[in-house]
Amino acid sequence: MDKSDLRCQGPLYPRDKTLHPKALTPDYKSSLLRSPKMTLIPMSNTLSEITGPVFDPNILGEFDSDLTKNYCSGKQIGIGEQIIVHGKVFDENSRTIPNVLIEVWQANASGRYRHFSDSYKAPLDPYFGGCGRCVTDQNGCYSFRTIRPGAYPWPNGGNNWRPSHIHFSIFGTSFAQRLITQMYFEGDPLIKLCPIANTIEDPASLKTLVAQLDMKKTIHMDARAYQFNIILRGRFSTIFENKMDGN
Amino acid sequence: MHKLQRLKEIPSQTAGPFLHIGCIPSQIGLNTLGGIDLGSVLLSKKTKGKRITLTGKVFDGKNIPIRDGMVEIWQADANGLYRTSETKLDGSDLNFSGWGRSHCDFESGSWTFKTIKPGPVMMKNGKWMAPHISFWFVARGINLGLNTRMYFSDEHSLNEKDPLLQELKGTKRIRTLMARKIAENSYEFNIYLQGKNETIFFEI
Ligand SMILES: [Fe+3]
Repeated sequence: MDKSDLRCQGPLYPRDKTLHPKALTPDYKSSLLRSPKMTLIPMSNTLSEITGPVFDPNILGEFDSDLTKNYCSGKQIGIGEQIIVHGKVFDENSRTIPNVLIEVWQANASGRYRHFSDSYKAPLDPYFGGCGRCVTDQNGCYSFRTIRPGAYPWPNGGNNWRPSHIHFSIFGTSFAQRLITQMYFEGDPLIKLCPIANTIEDPASLKTLVAQLDMKKTIHMDARAYQFNIILRGRFSTIFENKMDGN
Repeated sequence: MHKLQRLKEIPSQTAGPFLHIGCIPSQIGLNTLGGIDLGSVLLSKKTKGKRITLTGKVFDGKNIPIRDGMVEIWQADANGLYRTSETKLDGSDLNFSGWGRSHCDFESGSWTFKTIKPGPVMMKNGKWMAPHISFWFVARGINLGLNTRMYFSDEHSLNEKDPLLQELKGTKRIRTLMARKIAENSYEFNIYLQGKNETIFFEI
């Protein structure tokens, strides 16, 4: 199915709030002053929510989906464990979604970000930038190559270390599907100690963010593969009148 | 046709303090993805409609502007039509993407968009929505991106008939959705995460 068909479909299923972190999560200190106190006001989806940005696939550069190479335009390769992260993007109706833009960012193998406000003393990698992007193909598949990011300490009032993770920004077919999340790695003992991972109360929901080692896609003498499937909100398949509550 | 299994949305996690690396890399001097940030330019010379500048800040619970966040907007074109396809003609202005992205300035916390004033949008039921812009805000400390809507305080008669604003009539907080006109073609829309001016955020 082509994406423009999906785009023309109806409102989204209401978000299941039990899957997501609450706004106020005291163990994650930054949420204290940044969490709205009032409850969100539910509104029926209108055209403004069921439509969303469209991207020209030509925006992608040659190395955008290869973080091991893109910082040095292919002339040098980032330092660390080479990995492939891949998966499919689905909606809650189990339909794959083509043409989804995925942006990723991450620390280098030492756990250091190429960002002026990262104060961790681990070294920068002269060959690694830490950003990339790709677009899902006609079957909803995406893939990028990168360096496995290191764990890093962060200021949260205690001896807190983030598990290895990759940040994901995902565009679906509507503005209401917009999602930013983080992907973790199977077997990382820091996940269960992490105040940010633990903002997600439902263990089954957190587990969906943990990429699994995938030996089928692992390339011998080259790169291990991790599989991470992305599920976005589902949409009613027919358009119905956008009635506001109470009307 | 086989019955499809119902899946569950994956959960959100905070964008963290380093979101610039992936979303707006040129703001921190990273030119890895071509050097032009997505969503940084909404307009071309050919875009139809009245040019406007939108600015604002997002304030935390201590009334301090957030300087490590990111704002995204989504809006209709001058005729009230949303861009829905890159290739098919949907009648919307092909010279207007409708989507923008701005970081909060590292010193002042201000975000800015140069865009056009959207037209009123006709709903499926024939009612009209007043000109408005959808906002989405993410930052360190925000576990799930926040959605709100900005309306124009100088569109009084259209605002009166807007279905969402009508529904919210009677709540004093409705004023938190109104952009203030600060100069000709220039509007300010401040967002407050907490406190007596807390902005209305929607579950969309
Ligand atoms: Fe991080």
